[in-house]
Amino acid sequence: MEGQHCPTSDTLRRRFWRSGLRRCAAFFAALPALGCTQGVLDPQGPVADAERLLLFNSVEIMLVVVVPVIVATLAFAWWYRSSNTRASRSPSWAYQGGVEFVTWSIPALVVILVGGVCWIGSHQLDPRAPLASDAKPLQVDVVSLDWKWLFIYPDQGIATVNQVVIPVGTPVNFHLTSATVMNSFFVPQLGSQIYTMAGMMTHVNLLATKPGDYQGFSANFSGDGFAEMRFIAKAVPASDFDGWVAKARGAGSALDDPGYAELTKPSKAVPPTTYRSVDPKLFERIVDQTALSPDKARAGNAWCPPAAPKGG
Amino acid sequence: MLGRLTWDAIPFDQPIPLVTSAVVLIIIFSVLVLITVKGWVPYLWREWITSVDHKRIGVMYVLLGLVMLLRGFADAIMMRSQQALAIGDSQGYLPPDHYDQIFSAHGSIMIFFVAMPFVIGMMNFVVPLQLGVRDVAFPVLNSVSFWLTASGALLINVSLFIGNFARTGWMNYPPLSELAFSPDVGVDYYLWSLQISGVGTLMAGINMVTTILKLRAPGMIYFRMPVFCWTALASNMLIIAAFPVLTATFVMLLLDRYVGMHFFTNDGGGSAMMYVNLFWVWGHPEVYILVLPAFGIYSEVAATFSGKPLFGYRSMVLATLGICVLSFMVWLHHFFTMGAGADVNAFFGIMSMIIAVPTGVKVFNWLFTMFHGRVVFKPPILWMIGFMVTFVIGGMTGVLLAVPPVDFIVHNSTFLVAHFHNVIIGGVVFAIMAGYNYWFPKAFGFTLHEGLGKASFWCWFVGFYLAFMPLYMLGLMGMTRRLQHIPDPSWRPLLLVAELGAVVIFIGILCQIAQLVVSIRTRESRRDLTGDPWDGRTLEWATASPPPAYNFAVLPEVETIDAFWEMKQTGRRAAEPPYQDIEMPRNDPIGFITAFFAVVLGFAAIWHIWWIVILGFIAIVITALVFGWSENREQEISAEEVALMERARLDAGRTA
Repeated sequence: MEGQHCPTSDTLRRRFWRSGLRRCAAFFAALPALGCTQGVLDPQGPVADAERLLLFNSVEIMLVVVVPVIVATLAFAWWYRSSNTRASRSPSWAYQGGVEFVTWSIPALVVILVGGVCWIGSHQLDPRAPLASDAKPLQVDVVSLDWKWLFIYPDQGIATVNQVVIPVGTPVNFHLTSATVMNSFFVPQLGSQIYTMAGMMTHVNLLATKPGDYQGFSANFSGDGFAEMRFIAKAVPASDFDGWVAKARGAGSALDDPGYAELTKPSKAVPPTTYRSVDPKLFERIVDQTALSPDKARAGNAWCPPAAPKGG
Repeated sequence: MLGRLTWDAIPFDQPIPLVTSAVVLIIIFSVLVLITVKGWVPYLWREWITSVDHKRIGVMYVLLGLVMLLRGFADAIMMRSQQALAIGDSQGYLPPDHYDQIFSAHGSIMIFFVAMPFVIGMMNFVVPLQLGVRDVAFPVLNSVSFWLTASGALLINVSLFIGNFARTGWMNYPPLSELAFSPDVGVDYYLWSLQISGVGTLMAGINMVTTILKLRAPGMIYFRMPVFCWTALASNMLIIAAFPVLTATFVMLLLDRYVGMHFFTNDGGGSAMMYVNLFWVWGHPEVYILVLPAFGIYSEVAATFSGKPLFGYRSMVLATLGICVLSFMVWLHHFFTMGAGADVNAFFGIMSMIIAVPTGVKVFNWLFTMFHGRVVFKPPILWMIGFMVTFVIGGMTGVLLAVPPVDFIVHNSTFLVAHFHNVIIGGVVFAIMAGYNYWFPKAFGFTLHEGLGKASFWCWFVGFYLAFMPLYMLGLMGMTRRLQHIPDPSWRPLLLVAELGAVVIFIGILCQIAQLVVSIRTRESRRDLTGDPWDGRTLEWATASPPPAYNFAVLPEVETIDAFWEMKQTGRRAAEPPYQDIEMPRNDPIGFITAFFAVVLGFAAIWHIWWIVILGFIAIVITALVFGWSENREQEISAEEVALMERARLDAGRTA
C-alpha cells in the first residue's frame, strides 16, 4: 500500500532521464538562437558581414579535411584494436612514397586555398581602407580613457562619452588613440576591432546598415575597470543624425581642458554623456600627449615622430 | 632596512588569500615536521635534493609541474565560478583587484611552472635513456637548472601571502605593467620569478642540445634517433634561441620600473608596441617549445601501442625541423589588430597557416601508424587518440585566427581563449598525461593503475569539451576575455556549462591523484621486473625499471631506428657483456644552494631591500667559485658492483 503513492525507483529513474533529456534538448535547441542575438554571427554592416563570410568559408574549407581525419582516427583505432581478428596487420609497414606524398599534399592544398582567402581578405578588409559608399564619410575621433570611451566629432564640434551615434548607411572613419594604457575598440556587430595606443593613432572604417543599439567595449585588458568599459554604438537613420547633433549642441557642458582633465581620472561604468562643444585640437593634443600639460608641448617626445604628419 | 616591505603586505583584510596562505603554510609545515620526525631529511638531501642524476631531476621537474598544476587549476576554478556568478546585477565573489591577479597568475603559472616543468622533466628523464647514454652533458648544471625553476615557482607563490601578484594578464603588456599604472609589487613578482626560472630554462636547453648533439650511444646516428629525441632537440634549440629574447625584454621592463628608463612607457619616447613584438618573438616559439616534445611523446606512444614502427619517420623529422624554423616567422599573428598594413598582416597570416602543413603531416603519419597495426588500448594511447580528435579542432580554429580579418572579430575573445586551451590542453597536457602513464613504470619500477588512468582520461576529455566548446560560442557572441563581470545575462547557460566542464576536469585530476595513491599502495603486485612492460621499441626499455644510476651497464650498440625492437627481434643482447668500471658524477648541493640565494635575491629585489640583493648576489658568485675550484667530483662504480646489480636484475626478470 505504501508503494502506491511513491513512484518506484525505476519510474523515478525514467522520469529523471526523460526530464533531463528534455532539458538538454531544449538547451541545445536554444544555442543557435543565442548565437544570433548579438555578436559576430549577427552582423549589421558590410565589414562584419564580409568577416563572418570569411569565417564560414574558411571553416568549410577546413572541415573537408578535419571531419574525415576525426572519423578516420576513431575508425582506425577501433578497427585495428588488438582483439579484432578480422583486421589485417602489417607490423613493419612504415613507409610508402605515395602515402607520404598524399600526407604532404592534403594540408598543403588546404593551406593554399585558405592562404588565398587570407591574402585577398586581408586586403579587402584592411581596417584603414575607405569603404565604398556614395555618402560622405563621417569622421569620429576615439580616445580610450580609464575606463571609458571619449568620442569626438571634429566636423560637428561635439563630443560624447560611452556612446557613439552614427548615421545608417554612412561610412564612419574612426581615428583612435589612448590617453592611458592599450585598449581595443570593438563593436562586434559592425566588424573589425583595432587597438588604441597612447602617442599613436590607429584607423578603422565601419558602416552600419540598420538602425539599432550595438554593444561596444574594450577587447584588450586595461585594468580594474575593464569589464565595465562598455559603450553603445547607436546607429540612427541618416535623417535623425543631424537632429541628434543639433540637440547635442544645445545641451550639456563644453569639454574644455579642466573638463578633459577631470575625465582622465579613473572611473567605471560612466553613463553616456554628451558635450555641446569641444576644442577642435583636443584629439591631436591627446595623440601628442600634450593635452594635460600644454606648456610641456612635446618635451618628452623630442625624438618620437608625431603619429600624424602635420602641414608646415 | 626592509625596503618597501611592511606589515601592510600581508592581506589581513582579504579572507581568501589569507585563509589559503594559512592552509598552505600549515601543509608545508606539517610535511616538514613529518619528514624531520621520520628521519627522512638525510635521505632526501642525499638522494634527491643534491642529486645530479637526470632521471631524479626529471622526476622532480614533473613533481613540480603536478604541484603547480593544482595551484593553477585552483585559479581556473575560481575564474570560472566568478564568471558563472557575476552576471547582470551580481558582482560575484571576487572584486576586480583580486580577479585580475587570478587570471594573471593562472596564465603565468600554467605556462611557466606547469607546462614547462612537465615537458622539460619528460625530456630530462627520457632523452638520455633513449640515446643510450649515462647522463646529460652537464649533470650539475642540470641540477642548477631545476632548482632555479623551482625558485621561480616558489617566488610566484610567495606573492599569494606577501604583497600581491600582477594584475596585467600573463603577457604583462606595458604600459599597464609600467610603474605609472602598476605601482605595486605584483609586476615585480612576475618579472623576478620568470627571470630566475628563465635562466634555469635556458641552461636546461643548452644542456639538452649538447647532450643530443654530443652524447649518443655508439651507432646512434641522427637518423636512428627516436622521434622524441628529435623533437627534444628542436624544442631545446628553440629555448636557446627564444628565451634570451624574453630575458632581455624583461630586463628592459625592469629598467623602466626600477631606474625610470623609457623602453615601453607612454612618455619619454617609449613604445609599448616594441614589448608586444618582443614578447611574442619569444611567445610563439614557446608554443612549439611545449608542443614539439608533446608530438614526440605521441609518436612514441603511437608506435609502441600499435605494435608498428612510426609511419614516415623522415617526414616526421622534416616536419619537426620545419615547424622549428617557421615558428620564428609568425609572431605578428598575435596582434593583427595593432594596425599593421594588409601586406604585413597577410604575410604573417599565411606564414602561420604554413605551419599547419607539417603539423597536418604529423597527424596523418600517426593515423597511418595505427593503420594495419595492433592497437592496444592502454591509457597512453587513449590520451593520444583523444589528442588527435581534439587537436585537429584546435588546429582548425588556429588557422581561422590566422586569417587577419577573422582575427579582427574574434581577437581577444573567449574564442581565442578556447583555441589556445584547445591546443595546449588537447596537445600538450594530453601528451604529458600519455607520457606520465607511459614512462612511469620506467621511473619507478611499477605500472600505474589502468582503470583509474582511463577514468582520468575520460573526465579530462569530456571536461575539456564541456569547458571550452561554450567558450568558442561565447566568443562568437561577443564575449571578450578577462571579464570580471558579465554584462549579458543570456550568456549564463553557456558559462554554467563551462563551469561544469571545469568540475569534470577536476574529477579527472582527482582520479589521477587516486591512481597514483592506489598504484603506490599496490606496487608489489604491479612490479615491472622486465624493464619492458609495454613491449617497447626504443632504448629506454632496454634497461631496468627503475634504471640504475648509470642507466646502461654497457652502452648499447645501435644499428637501426627502434634499436631495442631490433635487439629483441634478433636476440642480439642475450650474452652477458664484460662489465667495466663506470665513472659517474658525484651528487652536489650547488644547485640547491644557488637556488636558495636566488630566491633571497629575487625576494629582496621585489621589495627593494638592496643590501640583501647585494649579499644574495655575492653568495651566488661565491657558490659558483667554490664549485669551480672543487675537486673530486666523480665517483667510480666498480665492475664488480655493476655485475652484481645487473645479474640481480636479469635473474628477477627471468623469474617474473
